Amino acid sequence: MGNWIINHGLTSFILVVWMGINIFLFVWFYFFYDLGDQFFYTRHILGSALAWARAPAAVLNFNCLLILLPVCRNLLSLLRGSFVCCGRTMRKQLDKNLSFHKLVAYMIGLMTAVHMIAHLLNVEWYNNSRQGVYDKLSTALSNLEDSDNTTYLNPIRTTDIIPTYFVFTTIAGLTGVIITLCLILIITSSMEVIRRSYFEVFWYTHHLFVIFFAGLVFHGAGRIVRSQNMDTIPPHNFTFCKDRSDDWGRIPECPIPQFRGGFPQTWMWVIGPMVLYLCERLLRFIRYMQAVRYRKIVMRPSKVLELQLVKNGFTMEVGQYVFLNCPAISQLEWHPFTMTSAPEEDFFSVHIRSAGDWTNKLISIMEHLGSKCEILRRDWVLMGVDGPFGTASEDVFDYEVAMLVGAGIGVTPFASILKSIWYKFKESNPKLRTRKIYFYWLCRETHAFEWFADLLQVLEKEMDERGMGDFLTYNLYLTGWDQNLTNAVTVRFDEDTDVVTGLKQKTHYGRPIWDKEFEKVRKENPTSVVGTFLCGPEALAKVLEKKCAKYSDVDPRKTKFYFNKENF
Amino acid sequence: MGKIEWAMWANEQALASGLILLTGGIVGVAGQFRGWQFAAYGVAAGVFVCLLEYPRGKRSKGTSVARTGQYCFTVCVKAFGPLTRNYYVRAFLHAAICVPGGFMLATVLGCVCLGIASLIYLAAAIRGEHWEPILPRTETQRKPVPPSIKNPPSNPPPRPPPEMRRKRVDDLEGAAYDNPIPVTANEY
Repeated sequence: MGNWIINHGLTSFILVVWMGINIFLFVWFYFFYDLGDQFFYTRHILGSALAWARAPAAVLNFNCLLILLPVCRNLLSLLRGSFVCCGRTMRKQLDKNLSFHKLVAYMIGLMTAVHMIAHLLNVEWYNNSRQGVYDKLSTALSNLEDSDNTTYLNPIRTTDIIPTYFVFTTIAGLTGVIITLCLILIITSSMEVIRRSYFEVFWYTHHLFVIFFAGLVFHGAGRIVRSQNMDTIPPHNFTFCKDRSDDWGRIPECPIPQFRGGFPQTWMWVIGPMVLYLCERLLRFIRYMQAVRYRKIVMRPSKVLELQLVKNGFTMEVGQYVFLNCPAISQLEWHPFTMTSAPEEDFFSVHIRSAGDWTNKLISIMEHLGSKCEILRRDWVLMGVDGPFGTASEDVFDYEVAMLVGAGIGVTPFASILKSIWYKFKESNPKLRTRKIYFYWLCRETHAFEWFADLLQVLEKEMDERGMGDFLTYNLYLTGWDQNLTNAVTVRFDEDTDVVTGLKQKTHYGRPIWDKEFEKVRKENPTSVVGTFLCGPEALAKVLEKKCAKYSDVDPRKTKFYFNKENF
Repeated sequence: MGKIEWAMWANEQALASGLILLTGGIVGVAGQFRGWQFAAYGVAAGVFVCLLEYPRGKRSKGTSVARTGQYCFTVCVKAFGPLTRNYYVRAFLHAAICVPGGFMLATVLGCVCLGIASLIYLAAAIRGEHWEPILPRTETQRKPVPPSIKNPPSNPPPRPPPEMRRKRVDDLEGAAYDNPIPVTANEY
């Protein structure tokens, strides 16, 4: 139980607060519209459907405010920097920004459905009331004209229209239909299946959010939610006058009731985040315009492209990622890549693996240019760079002991981390609190990662030279071995270096037995705080999270494991 | 967007439209709206579209992710043969189904969404896609990951007798052997 609190407590607290605010807004506005005197006459026609429409509207306002914030990456980086004082648990919450974005999106979808159903009922009942189907009071209310000394209650002004006509000829109705349609298209194209396979469809359709927010701001401009003006002189007492609709305007106690529309409030909620998001995109555009020079282009084995780039004023931290845009391939697409260079180097590099349309085209362009070019002319192959954006790996130096787990392509941020750790160690950088690193590299085959094996070889050699052999323990797990490989291994079993990677520490075959590994780390570091960093598949994240919780001790003097996950 | 299979998105959109049509229809019937007959039609049409679109088709490239419990729906949909296989038929079918939904407010949104799904299916059909059922495979696709070896071996490996293992410095030619695995250089 204690371990659960350490690892999940703050996330759960934030979710409870968010849900609490939603529930509060819903209930508050429900009762505001269901019990408020100024809505008595409105409720007479609409019943509780009025409150059922307005309560989700309030929740929608709140969530539309929230939804833009988790994707303002620069804002998050800024917050992360200013939270340095507040400990890593706070900063870890910022890693879950995309999950929060999806959660808020689900809430928006749900509330839109409730809001829409309630308004379907409202429009139908308003229309019926206008046509005199209901009781005398209802008809009298609906008959109120919009002229010099009377104001209307029922937004349907004529008796011969159908609800569909009304919806499409009012601002609220038209904007409502359009933005709901945009929302549905955004949601269907954001389903995991579509997102993972056809990123471009997801990305371009998601930009319908611009229409969504524009429509949302104008949605209330028609002011069709009407309330009674209780401040008329003389006052109209509805309790007394509701059964005397024939006498309105003829007896002094019951002047004709006056109504007015509600002031549109949505813009007040969403204008702040809209401005923030606009700044984000402007920043991206400005960064795109800045010159990026190619320092080196290397074609690595197995169709991996290494780009070493230089940009003025560009500073990075370990494990951060940048967005790259190549107008020669596509004007509008920005793709994220983790940087594989250390901050101590005077350039930044990315290793791009062939994984889809955009990457394949980039690799073929570079192949045609010829490998190992020096500085290219800017107008040959333009590259826009936005970033860097931060992830959990910035925290890796704070832990005395670090367990780094990279699965497949997830090994990339660790290239940056290992290089940086080595630079810091050589310079005896006081920021480096790490004393021991356990590195686990899991992959089906080392195809496409030979460059990483080369990096490990270099580090291994340097560490040996300084007699620091046990600073870094790395374990490579090949999960996709077959008979050919075992033959090669058995023949060369007595050699110093591994047959697959050429490294001194031998390759393991099959998946790691995590219980054993965590036991080993705990035994060798009985009093330390151990940070576990993973960049890999979700299933492995769940396993590691469980193991961290299992092997952590609530006792602060003993070993404690903290789990951090990279995500894009 | 070279590799996209539009049918996948059309399928998601059509399923969502079916649900929206169904919901709008239920509201129309339950609230006894004017023109509730169209709402009743919306309920029936919504259910039909959901049943038709629930089973995902197999992707021509890449792994297909089936929806939970879709096997029985797959069998039903497959039984109609070319009617459900061909996306032109689906596009026109959805276009036809969605029209009556436009006559009543409660079903108008379902109608428009289904119309959009129909257009995406048309795009899929023009690109030559068609629906393939996802059926369970009888043999396993991938070799399962071999289990890790937990304990060191208890027996020593088989070895030739000692006189063969000794280094034969007097007969270097005879001691050489061919590498069992071909050696290739790293391409840079």
